[in-house]
Amino acid sequence: MAIQESTPSALEACPTELGPHSHSSQMKHGQSNRIQNINTNNEKVQPLLKLDRISKLYPGVVALDKMQLTIMPGEVHILFGENGAGKSTLISTIAGAHQASSGDMYFAGEKVLLHSVQEARKLGISAVFQEFSLVPQLSIAENLFLGAEPLRAGLLDQTANLTAAKALLSKLGFELDAEQKVAYLSRAEQQMVEIAKAFRTEPKILILDEPTASLTEKESDRLFELVSQLKAKGVGIIYITHRMSEIRRIGDRITIMRDGKYISTLNVKDTSEDALLTLMTGRVIDKVFPKVAFHPTSTALSINNLSTKDNSLKKVSIEVKRGEIVGLAGLIGSGKSELLRACFGLEPLASGSVHFNGEEVTGFSPKQMLDRGFFYNSADRKNEGLAMNRSCRENITLASLTTQRFSLGLFLKRFKELKECKDLAKKLQLQPFNIEREVENFSGGNQQKVLLAKCLTRDVSLYVFDEPTVGVDVGTRTEIYQLIANLCESGAAVVLISSDLPEIIHLSHRAYVMYRGELKAELSGTNINEQMLLNHFFERECTL
Amino acid sequence: MSTLTNTSTTPSTRKSFAFYAKYLFVRLGVLPFLLLAAIIIFSLLSENFLTGRNVMNVFRQSSYLMLIAMGQMFALLTGGFDLSVGTIVAITSVVSAIVMSTLFSLYPDAIWLSISVGALVGLFVGTSIGLINGIGVAIFKVNPFMMTLGMSSVGFGAALYLTGGSPVYGMPMDFSDTFGFGKLLGIPAPIWICFLCFAALALLVNWTRTGRYFYAVGGNLKAAQLSGINTKKMLMLAYMISGLVAAVCGILLTARLDTGEANIGASFPLESIAACVIAGVSLRGGVGRIGNVVLGALFIGLITNGMNLARIESYLQTVVIGLLLIFAVIADQLRLKLMASLQD
Repeated sequence: MAIQESTPSALEACPTELGPHSHSSQMKHGQSNRIQNINTNNEKVQPLLKLDRISKLYPGVVALDKMQLTIMPGEVHILFGENGAGKSTLISTIAGAHQASSGDMYFAGEKVLLHSVQEARKLGISAVFQEFSLVPQLSIAENLFLGAEPLRAGLLDQTANLTAAKALLSKLGFELDAEQKVAYLSRAEQQMVEIAKAFRTEPKILILDEPTASLTEKESDRLFELVSQLKAKGVGIIYITHRMSEIRRIGDRITIMRDGKYISTLNVKDTSEDALLTLMTGRVIDKVFPKVAFHPTSTALSINNLSTKDNSLKKVSIEVKRGEIVGLAGLIGSGKSELLRACFGLEPLASGSVHFNGEEVTGFSPKQMLDRGFFYNSADRKNEGLAMNRSCRENITLASLTTQRFSLGLFLKRFKELKECKDLAKKLQLQPFNIEREVENFSGGNQQKVLLAKCLTRDVSLYVFDEPTVGVDVGTRTEIYQLIANLCESGAAVVLISSDLPEIIHLSHRAYVMYRGELKAELSGTNINEQMLLNHFFERECTL
Repeated sequence: MSTLTNTSTTPSTRKSFAFYAKYLFVRLGVLPFLLLAAIIIFSLLSENFLTGRNVMNVFRQSSYLMLIAMGQMFALLTGGFDLSVGTIVAITSVVSAIVMSTLFSLYPDAIWLSISVGALVGLFVGTSIGLINGIGVAIFKVNPFMMTLGMSSVGFGAALYLTGGSPVYGMPMDFSDTFGFGKLLGIPAPIWICFLCFAALALLVNWTRTGRYFYAVGGNLKAAQLSGINTKKMLMLAYMISGLVAAVCGILLTARLDTGEANIGASFPLESIAACVIAGVSLRGGVGRIGNVVLGALFIGLITNGMNLARIESYLQTVVIGLLLIFAVIADQLRLKLMASLQD
């Protein structure tokens, strides 16, 4: 195949001058012959898609910074990077869902400017995003042909629609009833419909964003079969995944991105997992994570056999001491977040008990827990953490207005509030330094700082940080880790709930691993390492 | 300021003038510009418009809508509406008139007793309807639109049922003389009462915890909950305040008309929401300033008065108000876009 001939380093070294066809043999040719050579080579290895210095700016955030990518016909090209590295922004740009701020995109050698998903589809670029774009009230058949309904004399042709949908599903080997409403499907089934939708038109480029995340093994196998069929037809596939096994199994080349920037493109065959991880994180871990002194004292929180009504927790018991950071790890839906939410009065309890600083607090409301010094910092700052259209100042003090610090009887101490917020913002290096600005106008990292500042305005003896660094760049992350370390060293108890393994490994003194609502393991000291944690993440042996 | 600078710097000053105009628009919203335009247009159309007497007239006429709009703001702040404000005005008018006239006919000497009892019963009824709205919205999670629309039908029906459709007479003369036509220091009573309500509500919304919590609940209900705020209580309180202020307005209108009427207040829901939206109150909740809301109501009063003076037909006036409302919303969308572009 064409791609094997061209080395990735050469590809990226001189993409504009020579194009992706700089075979070593070609290098011998003189200047005068170059044009002719390019012409002859174009027939062989014309890239399907080429991105040149694509940037995407949001107010206050650079999501993509001069990103480049070349997709050849018949290759599976893996996009690899941390959360927030800009993978999703990149594929949305390719799929026409939004437009790049600057840079060029070439499709089959021609410069294109895509204004909508429809335009991209017409060219032959189809995408399967993580967020489903299905209408739950409509049937599978109606969803598959949404926006391209078969017509007869200007009216909907229901029969043709159904027949075509059935043909499409059986071609893909999906066992789905085309007449069923999407609302009644499981997540995996919805994922299959979403994939089928991308296959409706004959795609030249297919983008798959973690497609196997909710598929069973059998369904995944089927998907990989489809992918190799498409490959044989010369379709270029952009595939986002975090799973090493999948990269090995179907990947041809892999492009690593970090913080919106292009890092490198490699042949999957020639790379090791370690090399990939280093390229992905691109940092010396020791500098990011502070060393946290470990002086555990009295027990702050003890949870006994706690179960919730919706079964997201099944008889979980843990203990947290003052002066230690306890990590909670597990997959999404493992109950790691629900455990502390349940203590904070956010999940209805079925049985079990919660003791906080020696007092039984089972089933208390958030207000009661706050008054006792238990602060839960939500993982979802947009939906649960911050009032986005209010100022930083109002958000920072919201949970502390009942304390004497900011209230005198009925009235607010607004001048003191202003002063204290300014001090906090300075301490946390809020950027830009304007506490009256609405939170929604700050970058993700700074929003996260505001969220964390909320718990610094009142006396707290147990801090719960639920995914404290989601969508936060490395610089801010370091500041947040330092903050957490300081809180712990000043004698508070800290619970760190995180899907980011390095966070758990480097910050926690003890760690619990949750699996499907149950406590799977307790680790401490040097036992808190990637292998041990991952071993308990899955039922059978881990895939990573 | 640009005239003082020399020619070489003029282009940049001009540019910054445009920038300041934009900045002011983004900062203050469309309302100051609309007010200014309205004042200029109407003073050109009618020489009576800017006379002291007419200005006082505009303020007095607008004070009723100002009250309603201030209450409406609380419902909007929490991310809801109150469509029952008109009905609350009507039923307050009917109930307080019935109580006053009954008491007055039983005890003709106890003039002020009957007035105050009548007014208090009226305030109680208004607040109770607000409480029912609040319970529906906060506890039973009925959509505010449906809840207050339903209550407005209930209230209107009840007011008509109580009066049999005819106006209620027989209140003490002092009631109407004081609250309808009375003046203190040359300023009509409704303006005083409106001002007192404004002062109290401005204090509440800007300087108390409760006030801050309204913004938080509307800004992000879940975040407010996680910050230890009793969100159900705040929702109920918002509708109760709306009901209470509407009841105050109902009593003032009763005094002005000197009758208890079941047929007043029908235009208040639309006009009060319009006043709030023109004043920059977000329909999604969490954003809005009470001072601007008062100006928004004043603007609508100003337009109505100006169109009356310019002899524009009343049916056409309704058209103009509707168009202005839509224009204000479009201008607000533009403002949000500009705001994004001005972000440093």
